[in-house]
This record gives sequence, C-alpha cells and structure tokens, in this order.
Amino acid sequence: MEALESLLHGFGVLLTFHNMLLMLVGICLGILVGVLPGLGGPNGVAILLPLTFTMDPTSAIVLLSCIYWGALFGGAITSILFNIPGEAWSVATTFDGYPMAQKGQAAEALTAAFTASFFGSIAAVMLITFLAPWIATFALRFGPPEFFAVYLLTFCTFVGLGKESRHKIIISLALGFLLAAVGMDTVSGELRMTFGSVELLRGFDFLVAVIGLFGISEILLAMEEHLAFKGQEAKIRLSVVWRTWLTLPRYWLTLLRSSAIGCWLGVTPGGAIAASFMGYNLAKRFSRDGANFGKGKIEGVLAPETAAHAAGTAALLPMLALGIPGSGTAAVLLGGLMVWGLQPGPLLFVEQKDFVWGLIASMYLGNIAGLIIVLATVPLFASVLRVPFATIAPMIIVSCAIGAFAVQNAMFDIWLMLGFGVVGYLFKKTGIPLAPMTLALVLGDKAEDAFRQSMIGLDGGLGIFWSNKLVGTITTLALVMLFWPLIGKAIELVRGSGRSVPAGGESSRA
Amino acid sequence: MLKSFVAKRAALLTACVTACLGATALSSAMAAWQPTKPVEIIVPAGAGGASDQMARMMQAAIQNNKLSPTPIVVTLKGGANGGEGLMDMLGSAGDPYKMVISNSAIYTLPLANKLPFDWRKLTPVSILAFDNFVLWVNAGSPYKTTQDFVEAVKKEPAGAFKLGGTGSKREDHILAATVERIAGVKFSYIPYKSGGEAATQLVGDHIKVNVNNPSENVAVWRAGQVRALCVFDTEPMNYPAKVTADQSWKDIPTCKSQGIDFQWIMLRGVFLPSGVTPDQVAFYQDLLGKLVETPEFKDYLEKQALKPSDLKGPEMVKFLEKDEALYRDLMTQAGFVATN
Repeated sequence: MEALESLLHGFGVLLTFHNMLLMLVGICLGILVGVLPGLGGPNGVAILLPLTFTMDPTSAIVLLSCIYWGALFGGAITSILFNIPGEAWSVATTFDGYPMAQKGQAAEALTAAFTASFFGSIAAVMLITFLAPWIATFALRFGPPEFFAVYLLTFCTFVGLGKESRHKIIISLALGFLLAAVGMDTVSGELRMTFGSVELLRGFDFLVAVIGLFGISEILLAMEEHLAFKGQEAKIRLSVVWRTWLTLPRYWLTLLRSSAIGCWLGVTPGGAIAASFMGYNLAKRFSRDGANFGKGKIEGVLAPETAAHAAGTAALLPMLALGIPGSGTAAVLLGGLMVWGLQPGPLLFVEQKDFVWGLIASMYLGNIAGLIIVLATVPLFASVLRVPFATIAPMIIVSCAIGAFAVQNAMFDIWLMLGFGVVGYLFKKTGIPLAPMTLALVLGDKAEDAFRQSMIGLDGGLGIFWSNKLVGTITTLALVMLFWPLIGKAIELVRGSGRSVPAGGESSRA
Repeated sequence: MLKSFVAKRAALLTACVTACLGATALSSAMAAWQPTKPVEIIVPAGAGGASDQMARMMQAAIQNNKLSPTPIVVTLKGGANGGEGLMDMLGSAGDPYKMVISNSAIYTLPLANKLPFDWRKLTPVSILAFDNFVLWVNAGSPYKTTQDFVEAVKKEPAGAFKLGGTGSKREDHILAATVERIAGVKFSYIPYKSGGEAATQLVGDHIKVNVNNPSENVAVWRAGQVRALCVFDTEPMNYPAKVTADQSWKDIPTCKSQGIDFQWIMLRGVFLPSGVTPDQVAFYQDLLGKLVETPEFKDYLEKQALKPSDLKGPEMVKFLEKDEALYRDLMTQAGFVATN
C-alpha cells in the first residue's frame, strides 16, 4: 500500500489555504476557457503559464491542471446547449446532448455530462495512483504498427457501428483524410497540397474546422428554420440534478466500459477524441435501445463524456512518466515542467515525490471541487437557452470567430471557419455525418504516419500488423468492427435458421 | 535587496550611458530604443519541443530579472516544420516586436521544400547556444562502443537497423545519411514527429538507434534506459557533473575518436525581421547579452547540455554562411535538395 501512503502525503502537500484557493481559481478559469469554443484548454494554460514562473512547482501545477479540469468540464456546455463543441473531445457529446437540450432537457444533459466527466476522471486517477509504473511500461510497447492499429480500430468502429449509411460515412471520412493531408508530410518531408500558399503551410486546424462545421452550420440551419432554438422550456431547478442522478446507476455498464476505453486510449496516445467517439459508438452498439441514439438519449451523453475525461486525465501519465504529451494541453504543461526546473521522465516519480503526488492528489480534489462548481451552475447555463435567438446568435458567431482566431492568431482561420460552416450546412442537408470527417481530420495524419513508418525497413509488409500479440489483437478487433454488420447478420442467420430474418436488417438500415 | 537594486540601477545607468555614447557616435539626435508594447517570441516548432522550452525559459528569465520594460509573449507557429513561423517573420518587415528562435530549419526548408525563405531577409541578432547530437542505442543492446555498433550494422543486411529521428530531410536525417557514408553502413531511417517520440521508441526497442540532442534523451538516459555511444563534435561536451549514476556529459567520447570523423552541431539563434533600425538590434543584443548571464539561462544550458555561444553581428553572419554551405553540400550528396 505504498501508493496509498504516497497519496496521503500528496494530500498533505496540497491542503494549504494557498493551494486550495489556486485550485478554485483554476477551475473557474478553466470552465470559462472551456465554454468559449476554440479558446480551449491548451490556450488557457498557455496564456496563464507566465503567471506561474515565480510559484513553486506544486502550486503552479495545481493551478494549471485545475484549468485543465475546468476546461474538460466546460467543453460539454456549449456542445449540449448550442451544438458547438467547446473542445475537440466534446464532438461526440453533441450527438445526443443537443437533441436533449432541444427537447427541453438541457439541465438533465448537463448534469449527466458533468457527472460522467467526474466518473471518468476519477477512474483514470485511480489508475494513475495504483498502476502508474506498470502503465508507463505498457505504453512503451507501442511502436508504429501498434499506433496504426489503434487508429484503424477507431475508424473501423465508426464505419461498422455508425448509424448513417455506410457510403455516407466513408465519403465523410475520405474528405477528412484529404484535408488532413494538407501541409508538411512527416515521412517524406515534403509539402503537400499547399499550392504555394503560406496560409496552408500549417494545414487545417482541427478546432477551426469543428467550430465551423458544427457551430456556424448550426446557426445557418437555425436561421433557415424559424430563427429559433427549440430549448426554451428548459426547467432550471437545482432538483433536476438529484432526479438525474437517481437514473444514473442503471447505466453502470456504460460508465465502466467508457472509463476503460478512455483510460486505455489516454495512456496509449490515441487521445481523448478517439476515446469519446469509440465510447459513444460502443455504447450505442451494446445498448438495448441503440436505435434511439442520436435522438436525445442520456446514455449517449454519458458514454462519450466518461471516455473523454478518462482519456484526458490518463493522458497526463505518459507526459509525466515518459515526457510524451498525450494531448495539446499536456504538451503545454510539459513546457511548464521544464521552466519550473523539473525533468519529466521515468525518474520524476522517484525524485520529485512532492510534486507528483501533489499533482495526483490535486486530480482527486480538483475533480470533486470542479463537479460541485459546475453542478451549481447548471441552472445558470441551462437558462442561457431562454435568451431569444436573435440576441444570442450574433454572440455565438462572435465567440466562434474569436475562438477560431485564437487558435493561431490568424485572420485566415476566420474565413476558413466560415467556409467550413457552409460545408457543414451542406453536409447536414444531404445527411452526410460530420463526425467522421472531424475524426479523420484529427487522426488521419497520425494514422498515415504510423502506417508509413511501419512500412519502412526490411520487414515492411502488411504482416507487420499481426507481428505480435498486441498489434495482432487490435488489428483483428478492428476488422471485426468494420464487418460487424455482416458478422451480426451471419450470427442471426445461424442462430435463427428456423425463424425468418427480416429483409434488410442491420446493415442496410439507413 | 537594496544592494541588488543599486546594482541594477548602476547597470541600467551604465547601459544607458554606453548606448547613448554609441548613439551619439552614430547620430547625435537618436535616442536608445526601448519597446513600448509586449515583445513576441515566435517559436517555429510545436508545443513542448526544445525551441518551445527555450522560449519559455527566456520568457521566465527576462520576466524574473526584469530585463525588459514590457512583457514577453510566446507564440507557437510550428506548421510545416517551422516554415509557418519563418514565413511569418519574412512578412513582418520593420516590426521590432517580433523575434524568432530558429534552428537549422532556416536552411533545410528552402533547400528541401523550396520554401521561398532566405535567412538573409531577416536580421540576425545572436546565436544563444548550439545543440549537440549524440549516437544513442538501447541500454539492453550489446553494443558498448561505437565500433561494436558499426561492426554489428555491417554484419546485418543493409537497412536491417532502424534509425529513428525527427522529421525527414532535416538535421537527424542528414546526419544519418552522412554517418552511412562515412562508416559505410546502411540504416532504415524512420521519421517521427518529435525527438521525444524518437526517444521512447528507442526505449521500447522499436528502433535500434537514434541521434537525438542531449535534451531529448536526457530523461531516459538518467533512468538507465539508453546508452550514449559518442557525440558528433570536435571535443567532448563540457559538463563534468554526473548525470547518470556513473556518467557525465563529458564522459561521452567524440565520434571522431571512435572512427566517425564528423562534426554536426545545430544553432539556436535569434533573428528580427528585416528593416529594423540599428538601435532596435542593439536593444535586443543587449537584452540577450544580459539574458545569457542570468542564473536561469546558465542552469538551462547545463540541464539541456547546450554549448554556450556568443556569436552575434558579422561573426554570426559569417557562421551562417559557412553552416548553410555545409547543409547544402550534405543535403545535395544525400539527394534531399528539391529539384523540381
């Protein structure tokens, strides 16, 4: 029980008035940056980093990591209320969160999202507390083939388990891959599809695309349809929180499954984004009521939020133990660690006990404090929907533009955001799902690099994806997911050879 | 406290007097330039990388020692291996509120990618440090010396050894190609996004060797997960304090002494946009001159095992000319120069 002892020590380091105050300040700031689309965790942390240079490392990391927790919580708010993901990993939260808000259940959706976030984070923190050294070694087993297999699994889960028709998902994915390829190609060292433009050198930023695809297109749609959001009747009593909580225990399996997916993907730098999508898709597949996902099911909010937060929290582990940031915010924190004179790496846990366990303890306390703060604000945020559309729409557009601009301080990104808004509008009109495109935009580049890195060398060949147990299992699982509709049908046929199978079952439903 | 205050005042006065005298020599009407709004450090690299860390350290050291009258802001522009940041500097002619910390991307990007960039279109201020390159293998591997390693590579079929590095057609890749030529071996070069990735991939035994900078591998070296074979410089690194249980940076032999006669160091230099006034350059040279004397900077150099440098002005330009010629030569030999 060495871990428990160390953890108690960590609480001892943390429980000073000064640190607790920093924690509260951090969480409130984090919620604020999380709510503003585009501003997000990485920017929030980067802006405040200089303030921490003169602090001691433990206080500094408490402040910054609490901004991170706050941003994780806050990202869900705009997803649910306006269909605008405040953070990349909140995209999947919009699928059911926004329909819930439209049905007047914004408060329930927010409560579910926050609680799920908390559950996921705590699961990941427990993992870090007790299994940190073991997990750090596990992450080392990931070479290019393993990384590619994980990305493949994410894509295949999407195609195999998606609710839209397969060809539309694939169109969306393919467009995302195309956009992800713009910019510098790591493997060949060549520029691709930049057409001599300086603006295109950095490729398409995911956040700019998401703000446009989801946020601006939603405004366009709303303008077309009666100029109104449909969520005005939201009940805003605090008792909603209790009532929602009472319904949650029956989804224990979803919560556990998503936590596991999140922890796994967070540690193996697949990232919180992949985790949230995979959590959502698996919950839909295994739910008794999967067909109603996307129409405002509370499970559809719980699953991605739990997974995203478990992953976001677990992503800090590779940063601390290996010096490899698992997320954008983790990368900025990494820069901070060096300034404070700490060297991330395998020895950090040995040499900087105060710091590491202070941080872990702050994960527990920060999440508890965060949950209390965000739950208290549920009525406040839910009541935003009562503001007339004509008043709130310009504010949303302005905040989207600020967010898009803040990503790179580039005016070009605002035009890009508007362009993506039109694309998003057309996609929604033609029934092409947006999520596969955003997923491909984030992971496409990484997946391509990993695939081509795997192909370099004498053993290059597709066999490398089955060259050991780990990568073989993931690759096979990916293929099973891809052909799941067919496999499901086959199982049905075998099992019910006597009964007649309704024509056009699982796979052709669209 | 009072003493340091007085000292600082004195230093400021001296600086002012020197600057005034210098200015009088040039033109009697010109006063020393001072920034009146925040100064931006452009980092042409991703978050958490060596350039980013350097910029954050500079920001902290300048802020804590009150070296600049206005705040310092760090902006990351890492698209296209830093091309984004460099092109941004090119387009900021006459703006004295932007400086860039660049590495050898100033040569590789125009050569390999035909990026319309030329460092001569910026104003060189000073080179703060040089980064070394070290030949690293997994600690579990049987190769104790460079000779052992070269022998082993020769025995295997060409390309059996995977060498991982940052990006393609950049420093690590050029170094790998040159080592291949000198030692008469052949690797399979695997490009990764960052040096940190190359470090963990070496620890996980997914690659056999990397040529990371000291700072990129120091954490795993201290943990006893990798072994340093040699450093690509004319003399060992000058840091005698023990880093691992039994080795210091100084204990790593030069590759030259191990039979690979090649020096490869990378600049970490500061540039202003073109069209800035001599006064403005003088301000930054003075600022950076004070920066390198701060304990924060010295501590940083030692932690990252960087080579100190005081190149500025014409000497810096001379170095850049020579260094660029070397890059052009090696990249041409390796076939990395864009032809179309």
